[in-house]
Amino acid sequence: MNDAVATWLYAVAPTAGTSVPAGLKGVAGEPVRVVEGAGLSAVVGSVPLSDFGEEELRAHLEDLPWLEAAVRAHHWVIDNAARSGCVVPLRFATMYRDDARIRSLLDERRADFDSVLDLLAGRTEWGVKAYVDPQAFVPDSPGDRTGGHSSPGTAYLLRRKEQQRGRETAHVRATECAEAIHAALAELAVRTAEHPPQDARLAEYEGWMVLNNSYLVPDPRVEEFAAAVASLEQRFPEIRLELSGPWPAYSFTAISDSGQDSGQEGESRAQ
Amino acid sequence: MLSEEPIGGDEPVRGDEPVRRPSRALESRQVALVDLLDRLLAGGVVVTGDVTLCIADIDLVRISLRALVASVREEWIAGGGGRDAGGTLQGTGGRYDRQ
Repeated sequence: MNDAVATWLYAVAPTAGTSVPAGLKGVAGEPVRVVEGAGLSAVVGSVPLSDFGEEELRAHLEDLPWLEAAVRAHHWVIDNAARSGCVVPLRFATMYRDDARIRSLLDERRADFDSVLDLLAGRTEWGVKAYVDPQAFVPDSPGDRTGGHSSPGTAYLLRRKEQQRGRETAHVRATECAEAIHAALAELAVRTAEHPPQDARLAEYEGWMVLNNSYLVPDPRVEEFAAAVASLEQRFPEIRLELSGPWPAYSFTAISDSGQDSGQEGESRAQ
Repeated sequence: MLSEEPIGGDEPVRGDEPVRRPSRALESRQVALVDLLDRLLAGGVVVTGDVTLCIADIDLVRISLRALVASVREEWIAGGGGRDAGGTLQGTGGRYDRQ
């Protein structure tokens, strides 16, 4: 029987009457539409419960090609909705029984959405990742003095110990550079958020990822922010920086009373 | 125009070059899936929906990470893999733990 649908919520825009590009399709390939309420617009789509019911969705999430397509579709809709102005992106897989429930959500949470929209207006999220080759931070070794009087076993252990110490020192040094980079970038942002370092194989890099942060940057300072990234890369030649964006402000949407926070958000100084 | 493009159907482009241009830089290349997952599964406004009753955010992240890990492992095995193809991804050198 299962042709029942739920309403998948992508984003909320600050005014009624927001439009989305004609033909825009969502996570289920469904047409994306707008539901209005409380002076806000919700960007939504109807998705079949046969694929998006709790159990079905849970199974799909373990299936990487499915997950990738759905995550990209969710992002695609939000990115398109954001072209016509500031929107609040919703967490992936936020669904309601029907449009009426969406309207009551807009009603009940109007103040929350307004405060997030206030924070995001005229600002954009940018991502910065920093990679290091640990070798570049390992202190020069005093030379290989493994001959001497030590037995081969002792020499081996000493060498291992020295390597271990070198690695720790490298880690401390790399972390200090990452902190300096973050501090310089935070000066230009109104908020910052930390993401955990990505797995090396999944993200396809070598060495260490010492920074994986998001910055909420006022639009007039975007050029300055990009220039800062470039000049920091010159100041720390042993660190490779990667700028990504503009992102819909996924990392800066904590609604005060939900008790949920997106990463560790921090206040910054810029206006 | 924009809306006619297929969703998620493009061949992923893994540019090695860092994005430099600040304006609409994402348009020029496909967003990395890992970057999307960082943001989509742990970010965005959280409101309590009706349908996906209790896929808590932490579960969402864990579940999808399992999918990622499993798929990488499959690729490794299919491609002849490495010695540690079946090993845990947590222990790779790329991990950097902020205290």
